[in-house]
Formats: sequence, C-alpha cells, structure tokens
Amino acid sequence: MSDTQNSNDVLVAYDGTPLKQQLAKTTRRMKLRALLLTLPLVLFIIIAFVLPIGDMLIRSFHNPTGTNVVPNFAEVIQEWDGQDYPPDEMIKVFVQDLALARKNREVGKTVGNLATRVNYEIPGSRSLFTKTARKADKITEGPYLDALIKLDKKWANENVWVTLKRVTRDYTLSFYLAATDRKYDENENIIRADELYRIYLPLLYKTIALSALITFLCFLIAYPVAYLLSTLPLRTSNLLMILVLLPFWTSLLVRTSAWIAMLQTEGIINNIFVYLGFIDDENRIQMIYNATGTVIAMVHILLPFMILPLYSVMKTIPPSYMRAAKSMGASNFMAFRRVYFPQTIPGIAAGVLLVFILAIGYYITPALVGGSDGLLISNEIARHIQSSLNWSLGAALGTILLVVVLALYWLYNKLVGVDNLKFG
Amino acid sequence: MAETKSATDESFVRFENIQKSYDGEVLVVKDLNLDIQKGEFVTMLGPSGSGKTTCLMMLAGFEPATHGEIFLDNRPINTVPPHKRGIGMVFQNYALFPHMTVAENLAFPLQVRNMSRSEQEDRVKKILDLVELPQMAGRRPAQLSGGQQQRIAVARALVFEPDLVLMDEPLGALDKQLREQMQYEIKHIHESLGVTVVYVTHDQSEALTMSDRVAVFEDGVIQQLSSPEELYEDPKNSFVAQFIGENNKLNGTVEKIAKGICQVRTDDGTLLHAEQVNVEGVGNKTTLSLRPERIEIDPPKGTKNVIKGRIEELIYLGDHIRVRMNVAGNDEFIVKVRNRADKRPLKEGQDTKIGWLAEDCKALDFVGQI
Repeated sequence: MSDTQNSNDVLVAYDGTPLKQQLAKTTRRMKLRALLLTLPLVLFIIIAFVLPIGDMLIRSFHNPTGTNVVPNFAEVIQEWDGQDYPPDEMIKVFVQDLALARKNREVGKTVGNLATRVNYEIPGSRSLFTKTARKADKITEGPYLDALIKLDKKWANENVWVTLKRVTRDYTLSFYLAATDRKYDENENIIRADELYRIYLPLLYKTIALSALITFLCFLIAYPVAYLLSTLPLRTSNLLMILVLLPFWTSLLVRTSAWIAMLQTEGIINNIFVYLGFIDDENRIQMIYNATGTVIAMVHILLPFMILPLYSVMKTIPPSYMRAAKSMGASNFMAFRRVYFPQTIPGIAAGVLLVFILAIGYYITPALVGGSDGLLISNEIARHIQSSLNWSLGAALGTILLVVVLALYWLYNKLVGVDNLKFG
Repeated sequence: MAETKSATDESFVRFENIQKSYDGEVLVVKDLNLDIQKGEFVTMLGPSGSGKTTCLMMLAGFEPATHGEIFLDNRPINTVPPHKRGIGMVFQNYALFPHMTVAENLAFPLQVRNMSRSEQEDRVKKILDLVELPQMAGRRPAQLSGGQQQRIAVARALVFEPDLVLMDEPLGALDKQLREQMQYEIKHIHESLGVTVVYVTHDQSEALTMSDRVAVFEDGVIQQLSSPEELYEDPKNSFVAQFIGENNKLNGTVEKIAKGICQVRTDDGTLLHAEQVNVEGVGNKTTLSLRPERIEIDPPKGTKNVIKGRIEELIYLGDHIRVRMNVAGNDEFIVKVRNRADKRPLKEGQDTKIGWLAEDCKALDFVGQI
C-alpha cells in the first residue's frame, strides 16, 4: 500500500529480535504441550492400526515363500525365457534346493510351504512337491528333467515350470488376480478363472448389494424415528433415545442370538404365523441362515448409526422453518419436501456413509445368521486368515474392500461433499 | 389518525372469546376478544409469558384455540390449515431457508402458488426493490447481515401480497440502532402497501413507534387496547402505567371523589389530588401513577399537588437530568429535569419540594407495597 515503507524491513520486537522469531519462541511451549498430549494416541494408532494394516497390505503383493524354500533356484530361474522347459542346470539347482529344504526343515521354509503356494496356482499339485522332495537326494545326475518326469508325470507339464518361475518372485499380483477371479495362463497372460472358481467378485457384488439394501432399510426406518425424537418434548425423547441406544449396550452376540430365537423355522415368528393360520406347519418360512436373516439382523444392529446423525441434524432445524413454509402456502408435504428434507441431507449423508461402510465390512452377524448365501466378503477374508491360512489372498481381498470403500467415499464426497457431513 | 374503533361486522380479524390452554390446567389466554380493522397496524405488547405470541400462533393456525372462534374477513378459520389462510408471517429468527438463495426464498410462496416463472421473477425483483436489496438476489441468507436478513424476511412475507401479515418479534435479534431504523422501514412499508399488520413485541418503544393501536397483554388478558398516545397518557390500570414508559408510584387512601378528581391521603399524610381512573371508591387504597417528566422541582405557587422529597442521586444524561428522590417512603421516585442553564443546581442529599398537576396524576388500582 504505502510506497514509503521498505518491503525489506523486518518487523522487530521491542528488544530487537525479529518478531517472527519472538513469536515462534513464545508459541513453542504451547506446540510442544499439544504434541505431548496427542503423543499416546499417535503411538497407539501407529502400533495398533497403521503397522498391522500396512503389514497386511504388503502381504497381499509380497510373498517370499518361493525364495525362502528354493533360494538358489529362485535366482537362476528368472533367466529362463519361459519357452519349453528350463535348461537342465536350472532343474539341477531346483532338485538340490528341494533336497536341502527337506533336510533343514526350517519353519516357514519347508517344502510344504512351497507346495501350498504352488497349489494356490495349480490346484491339486501339492503332492507333486512333497513326493518329489522325499526322493530329491536320490537324483544325483542328469538329465534332471527326465529323472523328475520319471518320478511324476506332472513334471512334463510346462505350466508347472512357468508357475514355479512366477512363485519364486517375491512380488506378485497373483493374489489380486485370484481375489478378482482371474489367473495367469501358460504364457503369463491374465485370463478369467474357470467358472467353478469364480467366487470372489460375485461375493463382492453381493456384499455391496446387501449393504446397500441394509443401508436403505435403515434409512427408511430411522428417518421417522429421528424426526419423532427431535420433535418430542425432552423427557419423552430421552426415554425414546434410551430405547434407541439400548441395543448399543447389549452384547452383539446376545442380540444376534435373540434374532435366531425369533426367526428360526421353529422360532417365535413362525410359530405365531402358524398359530394365526397365515402359513401351515409344513411351509414354515426360512427367515434365518440365509440372506434374509443377515439383512434383518444387520438392519437392527446398524439402526442406531443411522438414527443418531439424523437426529443430531434434525435437532438443529428450528420448527419455524416448517411454519414459515406453511404460512407461505406450502402444504405439509410440500413444506417437508422443499424445506425440511433438504436440510436433513447432511444427516442422511452421514448416516448412509456410516451404515454402508460398517455393513460392507461386517463379519460376526453374517457368520452367525447368514447360513451359506448370507455370507459377506468379510467372512471369506476371515476364512483365509483363520482356516485356509492363505493370508496373502485374505489381504488382497481386504485391500480390495478398502479400495471399494475409499472409492465410494470419494464418489460420495463429489456428490454430497464431506464437509457437509454431520455426525452430531 | 388512528382511533379506537368499536367492534363492527367489518372488522378484518376478530378474536371471539378465545381461550387457550396447553396442559388443561392453566389458561395462557383467558377470554380474549379483539377486533382489528383492515389496514390497521396492531401491536400485541406484553412481557414474556403473557399470551401474546400464543394469540399470534392461533391466528396463523399453528396452535388451535381451546375455545372460541377466530374470524378472518368474516370467515371462521379455526378449521382452516395454516397454508390455506393466506397470511404472511415474519418469524423471530427470520426462518429464511438456509439452503436457498434470497431469490429462491422469495420465490417460494409464489412457486407453491404455481405462478409462472416470469411473474415470479417480476415479483421477486419488485419486492427486492421495495426493501432496497436488489443486488442480494443470488446470496444465501447466511451471507447477509442481520438487518438484511430481516428485510428479506419481511419481503418474503409480503411477496405473495397477503392481506394480513403477522410479525413475531422480528427485530429482537438486531442491535439498537438497526432496530430503530427497521421500525421506521416496516412502518413505511405498512403505510405504502396498506396491508394489515399484527405485530408482537415485548419492547414498548417499538410498539409506540409503529402501531395504530396497541394491545397490552398481561396474564392472558388484554389490559388495554388503544392508541399509543392514549396508552401513555391515560393508562387504564397500574400494570399498563408501569409497563408503558417510566412511571412513579405512590400509595394512598381515597378520602373523597368529586368531578373525577380523587383526594388521596398518602401513607406519610400528604393530601394529593389525582384523576380518578381505576378506584373502587372512598376509603379504598389506591396507587397513584405519575410520569417523571410531568413533575416539577420547586413548583410555582398554586400547584395542586405539592409534596416534600429528598434528592438521593443525580444522573446526568445530557438533555436532561434524572433525579432519584425519596418521596413518601418511595426511594425509587424519579424526576426528569430539563437541562437548562437558568435552573439552580441540585445537590444530592438536599430536601426540596416537588409538585404536579392533578390531571397528570392518575389514581389507579392498588398494587400493594412498592
């Protein structure tokens, strides 16, 4: 503004130190204290959240089983161009590595580990490795390939060697391919898996569809309840609020088991229907151990997550808006649609996002009441982590789920705007 | 000039024996009768909880009357839903829809009336010109100042050209200066459009400035309904005298009534003369009401009422000096003295005589210990 002031002049404090420096000095203590206050939480998040998730994410594309079991072979095989069979000296290294691994039997570096790893790619190939390893130290002279084929005809299959080359690389996309029902063919092209093995994508679609249905049902039920809560006098609304929150304070298992008692074929609801004559005894409705059971139980469990953000937003809308709309000639419906509803959108957005994200990763309820067709993708992830022990595939599925959620969040941000969210 | 009109069939709004209770135990409005003429500006004035807002809400249709009937243009409207009453309303916190722009807010009542787009635009433009905010059409309410929001709220209540506009303490959220300015603006809009306005406020200066008639509410009853001038000059009872303007009270006993003038013996034995307004008769207790600016210090000889007082406190206010005195045991007795160079200076602690005319002093219902 003023021309007289030299822009190079630095503002100084009374004692001559530059003002910025002085300011930094006085605020340093405050900043330090703020940092110390958040430090436990930051550490907790790093140790309990960032590191484990990071580890799982890495497992989904980093699997060193091959290099661990047959380290020398893993190195040389990469030279092979993938045509016909590998040169005999490479196969020699393979046989020696196999014999050594069988002799050492180190945890995580056994022939069994490698066999499992290859089995993911070529189902039914497990025994080929264990059998061969037992006799590997007997093979002492070439040609090694013929010796192996003599042992088991499967070694004549070129695909076994191509697969071996692939699994002895530390970094691999195989698990992501498997998680999206795809695989490599003999020429390392990505193709769709056999129809019989296409399970994960349909499961992911089903999970998204069921989550969307659950979210929609939650919204339908929660909206009037939240409206009632926000308009009732405080005493009554507090009582109602306790009823809404009651499920929160009950164990998830108890709630889910209660639904089993209610919904099973010999359960309360079916008994009442039979008693009232809506259905006859032979045609009891299957409401549990299928997708219906999953939907009913999950709507119940996730309902508070929809009601609370809606309630907190509706609470802030003064009744005078509706009155103003009516005084200007709008009917009840018009006033609701044009004035009330648009103002509840931030609450709807928050509730929908919250419920959908919770539903898409829900595990325990589908596991208990989902039967076989009510299972969601998280149940499959759990199976790979807990029983099939294919952690890499579990991690790949988990990563895909995370990406889907993030993508939805992004889309949502585009449509609604995250700063519009109101959780209360 | 506005004057008290008798209830006729032509009254535009009519409350007939209206009672209202929310809980079935307490009546917040007790047997209300009120007639409002077309084009009139009537203010419902009263302390909070006096039933004035309840009356407005009943007229707007948001609260049903427990008993009685409300007529609008000779049509009973108890069963007419609010959106069919065609009454414009300005709310306390404006109730401008935050998710719409100013223009959308103003067009809302026109849209629900299925008006053509071009006519909507036309009307919105006209009303924005009326409230002198034509450049604000594209803004959101949150981007406007309090005074601008207020004007838009008034504009929105007027844009569909209702015959009756209700205003529920519309200026309550504004600062003093803006409030005074808006009072004049609303008054001018009322005059230029000829619309009937029912206005609710607890601010008496607002009521006096704007209204043709003021209904003073207390305890669910209209204490007095008259023009601002009459309200100030001739309060019908102690509550109105106390509520409108500043007021001094003296308690006494009526000794004699002649030609509308009471002789009242104050509690400290002074005999005073006051206009009979609301006294039950000789021998009854009464509370005298007199305005601080009608009292003279050192009154000229022959003044009807003269009483001794002691100056407790002087407050210099520029154009006048507020003198707090102890008169007949009331130490909240206020006298306003015009600031004039020729007056001899007053001193705190000084004993002096004060006096006033009999007609400036009203004998009203007894309110008990002051």
